[in-house]
Amino acid sequence: MKEFKYTISDAMGIHARPAGILAKAARAFACDVKIARGEKTVDCKGIIGIMGLGVKKGDEVTVIFDGEDEDAAYDKIISLMKENL
Amino acid sequence: MQIYNGKGVSGGIAIGRIRVYKKRGQEINCISVTDTDKELIRFRDAKKEAARQLDILYEKALKDLGEENAAIFEAHQMILEDIDFNESVEAIVQSKNVNIEYAVFETGKKIAEIFAQMDDSYMKERAADVKDVSERLLNILKGASDEIFISDEPVIIAARELAPSETIQLDKSKVLSFVTTLGSSNSHTAILARMMAIPAVARVELPLDDSIDGKLGIVDGEAGLIYVEPDEETCKEMQLKKQQEHQKQKMLQQLRGKESTTSDGQKVMLYANIGSVEDIDAAVRNDAEGVGLFRTEFIYMEKEDYPTEEEQFQIYKQAAEKMEGRRIIIRTLDIGADKKCDYFGMEQEENPALGCRAIRICLMRPEIFETQLRALYRASNYGKIAIMYPMITSIKEIRRIKEIVSKVKAELKAEGIPYGNLEQGIMIETPAAVFISKELAREVDFFSIGTNDLTQYALAIDRQNTKLDEFYDAHHPSVLRMISMVVENAHQAGIWVGICGELGADPQITKEFLAMEVDELSMSPESILQIRKIIRETNVREYKMKK
Repeated sequence: MKEFKYTISDAMGIHARPAGILAKAARAFACDVKIARGEKTVDCKGIIGIMGLGVKKGDEVTVIFDGEDEDAAYDKIISLMKENL
Repeated sequence: MQIYNGKGVSGGIAIGRIRVYKKRGQEINCISVTDTDKELIRFRDAKKEAARQLDILYEKALKDLGEENAAIFEAHQMILEDIDFNESVEAIVQSKNVNIEYAVFETGKKIAEIFAQMDDSYMKERAADVKDVSERLLNILKGASDEIFISDEPVIIAARELAPSETIQLDKSKVLSFVTTLGSSNSHTAILARMMAIPAVARVELPLDDSIDGKLGIVDGEAGLIYVEPDEETCKEMQLKKQQEHQKQKMLQQLRGKESTTSDGQKVMLYANIGSVEDIDAAVRNDAEGVGLFRTEFIYMEKEDYPTEEEQFQIYKQAAEKMEGRRIIIRTLDIGADKKCDYFGMEQEENPALGCRAIRICLMRPEIFETQLRALYRASNYGKIAIMYPMITSIKEIRRIKEIVSKVKAELKAEGIPYGNLEQGIMIETPAAVFISKELAREVDFFSIGTNDLTQYALAIDRQNTKLDEFYDAHHPSVLRMISMVVENAHQAGIWVGICGELGADPQITKEFLAMEVDELSMSPESILQIRKIIRETNVREYKMKK
């Protein structure tokens, strides 16, 4: 299992478009990918769940990977986050 | 009884149930099923179709609006594939043994509510995206692309406003009257109502909810009044009024078969405006002497892809045959501005009324134009068809049209397909065309003045903008002077000239047109006999002297 923390710097927070990008990327991997803000944790493979977190600028999220290809997933998601959020 | 006041835009009395029409909203029934697998297969197929539609929308948005804006359709795709969304739908079907429509509806509602309750205004808006996706699925599941069902019995339709694409799909036999909270006498619903000879009232402050839905109503199109749950006295009074109108109609019917000639012998051709082959029935019923305007754009707007040459040929042939040798003026495609077709893939414009429309589209995309011209020429063997080109502003446009027409004729000849000689006319509906009408008259066989657009362009007033009604004057002297000028120039060149806008049916101005010696008036079939009555009662010489 691997995880990283990331603070959102995009002014709009995780809105529909980046949520879609994250979900699409996460789905490409076999491992479990979860994303959490505070107490609430959701599956990172679904756009509705991610958007439902209501992540705003300045919020810290934790992304947790668990499964065979977790290393690759970790690299991919972290780079997408930096790029888009 | 409640009484609501609005602007009467089409006369007559309608008595019947009121049906509130809401866009996209649909009733979903919960139905028990035994074969839940079948429901899930239907779900899978509907998702496939939805994904296909969203692909098309994405591509179109990408081209027209750029990647940033197109991304919303990508997000819709993601919602479609979303794990929470799908799990919820499947769980509802399997645990409750219900139809897929109900499961999709409930899921969409539930998720939309979650978003609606979020404290972020951006996220609140996303509720609409989830609803949009579930509505898309429900439409697909319903089987109808976006067909509009109103009622089994004829009803009074109450709505905010109906778009041309919506009115097209209405089953007209189920409509007693249109009552809209927006709109004006020039909006499409009003024009359609006059065409159908049913009452219509616009800009009524009517609550579009259960307080009127399903209730008995009376619409007085002349007075612009709506009575909801009328008392007995009002019912009696209105029924009497309805009968009187009926009597008046009967009296007008006696003018059938009579000539449209003034008492001092000036003859006018009274023609009908139509939008489909079916409208010819109304034209014939009201004794139209010809068709002055067949709007072909509806043939395009009813379809989801370009109508083929054969499809168009069949329509024009049928129309020509139905007119039994009387002249039928068919206007080439007049799309753009407020009349749109998705599959044309037209870009959004800042100012569509001054944009890519009518003949401009035809000249920019000659392949569409050629298909229509081929169909028209082929149909010319079956009746007296004349072609009319809309939105002309220059001689150059006519020359280009003529080139394309020659090419089409040459092709038909080479293919051994017979065709007749068609009269060629143009719409005069821009001030530019008015001021060069002398030159234009040498190029064509006839003119038809489109007063709706001409007035809009002359007064610089958007005819869809209801706030401007107080500035709008349908009888503005500038418009009347322009019409007079066009008639004069046409006659000098030896061609005839007609009027096919709403003004043609305006009884207040008929005498004025007779004085100008307008040759033809084309109007909604329902107005013909009334105008014939005025013509027959007019002595043009006396009228001119009195002026």
